[in-house]
Amino acid sequence: MGVDLSGLTDLNKADLDALTANSTPGDRAPGKAAQRSTYYAGLLSTVTAATPATDWELVQRLRSQAQAVAQEMALPSTRDEDWRFTDLSPMLAITLRAPALTTLEPAAIAAFAIPEAPVRVVVVNGRFAPELSNLAGLPEGVTIGSLMAVTDRERLASHLGQQGSQDAFSVLNTAGLNDGVVIELERRVQVAKPIHLLYVATADQPAISQPRCLVLAKAGDSHCTLIEDYVAIGQGGYCTNSVMEVVLGNCATLHHVRLQREGEQAIHIGKTAISQDWNSHYTLTTISQGASIARHSIDIAQTGPGTETILNGLSVATGEQLTDTHSSLVLSHPHGTADQLHKCIADDRGHTVFNGRVFVDHDAQQTNAAQLNRNLLLSPKARVDTKPQLEIIADDVKCSHGSTVSQLEETELFYCRSRGLDLATARSLLLDGFAGEILDRLPIASLRSTLASQIAQRINPGSSS
Amino acid sequence: MIVDNAPTVLSVKNLTANVNDTPILKGLKLEIKAGEIHAIMGRNGSGKSTFSKILAGHPAYEVTGGEVVFEGQNLLELEAEERARSGVFLAFQYPVEIPGVSNLDFLRASYNARRKHQGLEEVDPFDFEDVVRDRLQVVQMDASFLDRSVNQGFSGGEKKRNEILQMALLEPTLAVLDETDSGLDIDALRIVAEGVNQLANEKNAMLVITHYQRLLDYIIPDYVHVMYDGKIVMTGDKELALELEAKGYDWVDELQPVGV
Ligand SMILES: Nc1ncnc2c1ncn2[C@@H]1O[C@H](COP(=O)(O)OP(=O)(O)OP(=O)(O)O)[C@@H](O)[C@H]1O
Ligand SMILES: [Mg+2]
Repeated sequence: MGVDLSGLTDLNKADLDALTANSTPGDRAPGKAAQRSTYYAGLLSTVTAATPATDWELVQRLRSQAQAVAQEMALPSTRDEDWRFTDLSPMLAITLRAPALTTLEPAAIAAFAIPEAPVRVVVVNGRFAPELSNLAGLPEGVTIGSLMAVTDRERLASHLGQQGSQDAFSVLNTAGLNDGVVIELERRVQVAKPIHLLYVATADQPAISQPRCLVLAKAGDSHCTLIEDYVAIGQGGYCTNSVMEVVLGNCATLHHVRLQREGEQAIHIGKTAISQDWNSHYTLTTISQGASIARHSIDIAQTGPGTETILNGLSVATGEQLTDTHSSLVLSHPHGTADQLHKCIADDRGHTVFNGRVFVDHDAQQTNAAQLNRNLLLSPKARVDTKPQLEIIADDVKCSHGSTVSQLEETELFYCRSRGLDLATARSLLLDGFAGEILDRLPIASLRSTLASQIAQRINPGSSS
Repeated sequence: MIVDNAPTVLSVKNLTANVNDTPILKGLKLEIKAGEIHAIMGRNGSGKSTFSKILAGHPAYEVTGGEVVFEGQNLLELEAEERARSGVFLAFQYPVEIPGVSNLDFLRASYNARRKHQGLEEVDPFDFEDVVRDRLQVVQMDASFLDRSVNQGFSGGEKKRNEILQMALLEPTLAVLDETDSGLDIDALRIVAEGVNQLANEKNAMLVITHYQRLLDYIIPDYVHVMYDGKIVMTGDKELALELEAKGYDWVDELQPVGV
């Protein structure tokens, strides 16, 4: 029998009161359900209309299966357990179109370059842009290219569209599966420099782009760092609905950095689905700071023994931002390890959501799993929802989980002040410290400082006492 | 050392203060001149740390009466950070851990805040390394502590040494050491005390709060005060510390007027 040690912590009493006082908040009002179905059907026809025909039987099949499933789906509402705290109603007011073809000058994206990562794959509004990419200097044994240009299609058959669970957005992505990026790593290949996978939104049109990426590391001792990076050039509203699938063969190592720094008015929905064979090592470091509504779902399955998964996350929500992270990690083989630390900072009226499930199945004996969610509430109007969940069926395991919510500690602030630092400096020092624990885990030095200052700018040091 | 005609560093008169509406300090008087080392002893809960935090400007303590003058200015008007920059230093009884903030960065920010106030140029990270390495010797601390988060995971004794390192960098005019000796092993006690003695000179003053006579074997006080229920009720020289150690605080109780 499973043990569910979860406890839902809903931490803003004012909000709770508001919810109970108003028995039909916007998202749950009658009539909305029909509107959500219609809206979703509209999205479905938008993304499928934009999809050119292909003779690739696998892609045809994936699309038509997804389209069939999508017929039954609607835009998620807060009645859905998985979307309880993430209200997508603002989407209903935006009619999303397929993105128009855009060409960008290299200068337009120069600012997003990461010095340590010269190899760069650029995708503009969901479309691979070879002319902006730089694939020179890739070591032998690494192939990067467009999904539709893959010659050995057979190889992808058992991987593409097979990872993770299906939800309304990943189904939508697959239903409109058009192109994508495929990164393949042969055995023993050591990729010394990180690969930068840059998703650029031009944000000049209310478009929905659907990036798709498949990373395939063959069995064998390969090693790679990948930076998945979402950025915007303009200021307008748009939607990104991204799916990233990663298949790690045995003994493969991947450090996956995921930076969500979309435009202010963006809606960002992302799925990261990972399968890890025995003895593989997967580290995911996510920094989520952009978009008005952001949802990231992480779905990881350890499919062999002795496998290691490390999840580091930092979410920052300021202004009216909502940032939601849902992670699911399933361990079903012996000697697995999992270590998750997710931190959230909520300022102004920002709202962060963390829902992390770790499932330790019957055969996952001698598992070592730790999950911790730490939240910093910087303003009385900010809100944090956290739900760490640990379900253990195996009996010989070492597992821990928990969550904390705190404000900036008075004692820490006073200590800083007693050493001559003014309140604003003390606050930003403590904030840097809180965020720094995750930023320090980024394997790219320039990103640590760039992101630290971007985050510091988002959080107004004087916004609360 | 007691110096004739030395200027007054700290003058406290009839200080009363509350915590959460409960009176803790009840008319405290104390006068400290440049060059002097004062010790305060007294029972647990008598108000020693409260007094030290009020001197440092902790916002949780409400001063309800009296005055505190530091080098001629009303200390109570200044924010905590202004006091620190002006030369008041408190070595905490329980130094605070600040996760994620590097000790080196913290020390430099603090050092530069004080220098800026003194009208001196701020020191860049490169030059600061030299400054701090020099001061590390005062407390015989290993440089590896600089790369760690402030006090995080430090042992009790390491935290206390880190406090004295900060003091060595800031060169305060008034240093208040709140039980800096507690939690120190015998060697560490000697190292910390020697560090404090190195820093003491005729221009600054020290206020050492302690429960144990053994610290005062190393840091020789010019005056020893006994705090009792929020007041200083007895003042003597270093012999008073020995007498307290021999007789205990019951002896002080008996000397108190009945009904107070
Ligand atoms: N924040 C607070 N809230 C409530 N009471 C407090 C607070 N701070 C101090 N006090 C009370 O004030 C009194 C004096 O405490 P203080 O810490 O100043 O004593 P002390 O002399 O330093 O004792 P010790 O020798 O144990 O360190 C105690 O009774 C203590 O409980
Ligand atoms: Mg005390």
